Amino acid sequence: MSGPLLASRALAAYYGDFQALFGIDLELGEGERIAIIGANGAGKSTFLASLAGALAAKTGEIHFDGARIDGRDAASVARLGIALVPEGRRLFPSLTVEENLRMGRFAGRPGPWTLARVYDLFPVLREKRRAPAPSLSGGQQQMAAIGRALMANPRVLMCDEVSLGLAPAVVRAIYGALPLISADGIAVILVEQDVELARKSTDRVYCFTHGRISLSGRSAELTKDAISHAYFGV
Amino acid sequence: MNWVDTIVQGILLGGLFALFAMGLAVIYGVMRLINIAHGDFVVLGAYLMLSIALTAHLSPFAAAAIVVVLFAVLGYVLQRTILDRALGGDLLAPLVVTYGLSVIIENGLQQAYSADSHSLQIGALETASVHFGPIAVGIMPLLVFGVALAVAVGLELLFNATPLGMAFRATSDDRATARLMGVRDFQLYGYAAAISLGVTALASFFMGVKYTFTPTLGPSFLLYAFEAIVIGGMGSFWGTFTGAVILGVAQTIGFAIDPGWGILTGHLVFLAVLVVRPQGLFPKVVA
Repeated sequence: MSGPLLASRALAAYYGDFQALFGIDLELGEGERIAIIGANGAGKSTFLASLAGALAAKTGEIHFDGARIDGRDAASVARLGIALVPEGRRLFPSLTVEENLRMGRFAGRPGPWTLARVYDLFPVLREKRRAPAPSLSGGQQQMAAIGRALMANPRVLMCDEVSLGLAPAVVRAIYGALPLISADGIAVILVEQDVELARKSTDRVYCFTHGRISLSGRSAELTKDAISHAYFGV
Repeated sequence: MNWVDTIVQGILLGGLFALFAMGLAVIYGVMRLINIAHGDFVVLGAYLMLSIALTAHLSPFAAAAIVVVLFAVLGYVLQRTILDRALGGDLLAPLVVTYGLSVIIENGLQQAYSADSHSLQIGALETASVHFGPIAVGIMPLLVFGVALAVAVGLELLFNATPLGMAFRATSDDRATARLMGVRDFQLYGYAAAISLGVTALASFFMGVKYTFTPTLGPSFLLYAFEAIVIGGMGSFWGTFTGAVILGVAQTIGFAIDPGWGILTGHLVFLAVLVVRPQGLFPKVVA
């Protein structure tokens, strides 16, 4: 395999006249796990939305598996195998837990991830499978959102702030699923506020500041000082 | 007044109102689009059936079957070409666009068919009836009711027990997230509009057999459809069906008291429900 699985080149994104991203160059290798950290408003979620095809106002290039995909809409990108677990989980409130999971199937990608496998990964979802999605606790909803993305059998799983607002034990349960997901060769992009968690869980880290990459490197090699400097600009 | 007879006739009339309402409920439910032209489509369908039956020398039943398919295709095309452009922004745009369609259809029909009234003739079946004890029940009203019931069951199954229905509900909840799942929302909306107009064509047929129609009747059918949906409560076809039956019974009782009070009684019941229970009698509320 030559070249990265997913890469952005000089990617810029806009909300009307406001520019949220400035020339992002980022690469993700096959089966690799990376984290994007940075303060609120640094453009992390915007970047994931741009990759997912959910944000039309962008310039630059996105390459996936050797092809340019920056002109594609969100449904096409999902069908290529790039799944986004959106910030705030965004489960479908009028669907049951199991129906939410089955929505992942609309990407039209059969593969190893099935309902049974998701239930094995997060057993609590099996008990709640007939419950309406809004009746789940925050952590359970997050598990359902990740399970829904996995049901698409993605090659890239993008998780936007999956630990936000959850109890530490729940965060451990969710992050504990990562090795199993990686074992299938799924590459993962984590957007994470918790810098230590991001470092421990990934191969490489990118730090975003005001819509630009201010630091990047191997997770194990980045020092706390370097990250603080990139994070806060001090 | 024979109460049993009146109520039975009212329930059966409700079947026709249910057919008016369910087509409207489908596109409102999926894309939150209020189709002001809905009643005019009911009338347009009846005129098309009339023309097809006359020019191709077909029975009105065959003409109706053709128009059901035609309307389904029309619904898909209309959604993809016109209605899609009106969606996604504020609520006013789809209202204005469908109001425009309503004006175009009504005036187009005036131009093509004049303001004279017409009806679909199906011969002896129109007046055939069966007797249940003291009350006589028309075969046609029974057929309308049966078809409406079948449509309600079919739509409930479609929405709650098929992948397409699941995608309809998910997209209705959150269109952007449904796209992230790989749902082709524009296509999906096209299917919803196709189903809506297909059901509307069924309503056209039974309306055309029951009433003499003119090009300007559309808005009153739209109103009945609205009232049925609001009485029943949003979110379930059973609710809409029941709302339509309540409206039918109210109108029939009104007519039995005084012929001038029929439609007014329906409106009064609608207003009463709106005041006492604005969410409708059987809402399926999403938390």
